[in-house]
Amino acid sequence: MVLLTLMAAVTVGVVRQRNLFGVVILGGIYSFMMASVLMVLDAVDVAMTEASVGAGISTVLMLSVLYLTKSRESVPHHTPLLPLVVSVITAGVLVYGTLDLPPFGAADNPVHLNTAPRYLEKSIEETGVPNVVTSVLSSYRGYDTLGETTVVFTAGIGVLLLLRGRRRKRKARPARPERGSAK
Amino acid sequence: MTIISEIVANYNQWITIFLMVSGLYIVVARGNMVKKLVGLSLFQTSVYLLYTSPGKILGGTPPILDPDFTVYSNPLPHVLILTAIVVGVATLALGLALVVRINEEYGTIEEDEIFPEKDGE
Amino acid sequence: MKLDLILRITAKLMLPFMLMFAFYVQFHADYGPGGGFQAGIIAAAMVILYGIIFGLPAAQKVVPARLAEFMVPLGVVIFAGVGAIAMLMGGEFLNYSVLLSDSVRGQLIGILLVEIGVLVTVSGTMIAIFYTFAGRGRG
Repeated sequence: MVLLTLMAAVTVGVVRQRNLFGVVILGGIYSFMMASVLMVLDAVDVAMTEASVGAGISTVLMLSVLYLTKSRESVPHHTPLLPLVVSVITAGVLVYGTLDLPPFGAADNPVHLNTAPRYLEKSIEETGVPNVVTSVLSSYRGYDTLGETTVVFTAGIGVLLLLRGRRRKRKARPARPERGSAK
Repeated sequence: MTIISEIVANYNQWITIFLMVSGLYIVVARGNMVKKLVGLSLFQTSVYLLYTSPGKILGGTPPILDPDFTVYSNPLPHVLILTAIVVGVATLALGLALVVRINEEYGTIEEDEIFPEKDGE
Repeated sequence: MKLDLILRITAKLMLPFMLMFAFYVQFHADYGPGGGFQAGIIAAAMVILYGIIFGLPAAQKVVPARLAEFMVPLGVVIFAGVGAIAMLMGGEFLNYSVLLSDSVRGQLIGILLVEIGVLVTVSGTMIAIFYTFAGRGRG
């Protein structure tokens, strides 16, 4: 609970901070806290992934992009009133929705009665793997993981396509670049 | 008394909603594209919390089978979120690549500075 | 520079352990938390750390960019190939039970191969993305 409150505090920091470098570092802190919370919620695999992905790779990528661009955010010209109203209304609706949810952590919640017991009972017998997350991930839900690997592959190809081409000199051409002359 | 127990029971969800809404706010209100991507990943991480917190059973252990334990938390949300995290970083990288290209094309990553330039054409 | 020296030596000390940890996470996934994703990310993080501290050319000498780009589709091919082999051997797509005569051992082998496929794709993609971002000058 303390961790969750701290996370909310860091989020406020992220919203208010204009120095993007600070934002990225706060994002790393946020990811580590998220990993701790996930650990408390028994999701050890997810916590491990979040710690390595969120705090490690994302931060490095963000920092390298900040190096390529600039690290100062300019003040927006329009007032943030409309987005604020939209966000508050969304939050209100969602909080109203939580009031009907089943109690936290009870063993007879609907979530736990559907397919999960089957995985927990049969995992050793059918796959010989005690870590149910691994067996569900790569065996029972192999299609999901295959699709997910394909998404990573596609994203990698996309990044390579976008950034691989030789860098064009921006100064050597008129201020308004022509689309057709790309490449 | 009931109000306090209500707050404790729903604290997870409320923090999740707060994170989600602040992510939404950043995406809508801020013009800087790197900041928008940070907001997007805030939104995304709040969804991780949304999925894993119903999967927790009080007094349960992580879903690694062992004869000593009988109560395990639900493994299914963990699997789904594991997939979501990796897809999330892949899409984040793609978004950042787009930001870099936009910066090369327009010399800025602020939305407000890109769109007037288009209107003045 | 003094700080640089400390960084270099610490990094040199840490790198082998990071790689060991990645493989531990990879092959111990059956019994503890971990798996292809995490191991792939940790292995990629090792290369990225090396690249940050010793410079991009040094990192590209260890893992050439061509290799990283080759790894991106290779993992998908391994994954889908395991599924296809299972299909050829009479099961459904991605049903590993038919890979060996003993269905439980077949599942173990299938999971192991699939996790390797995931490891290869994830680490390859992350390294390739890092190279492309880092290889670009300031815009």
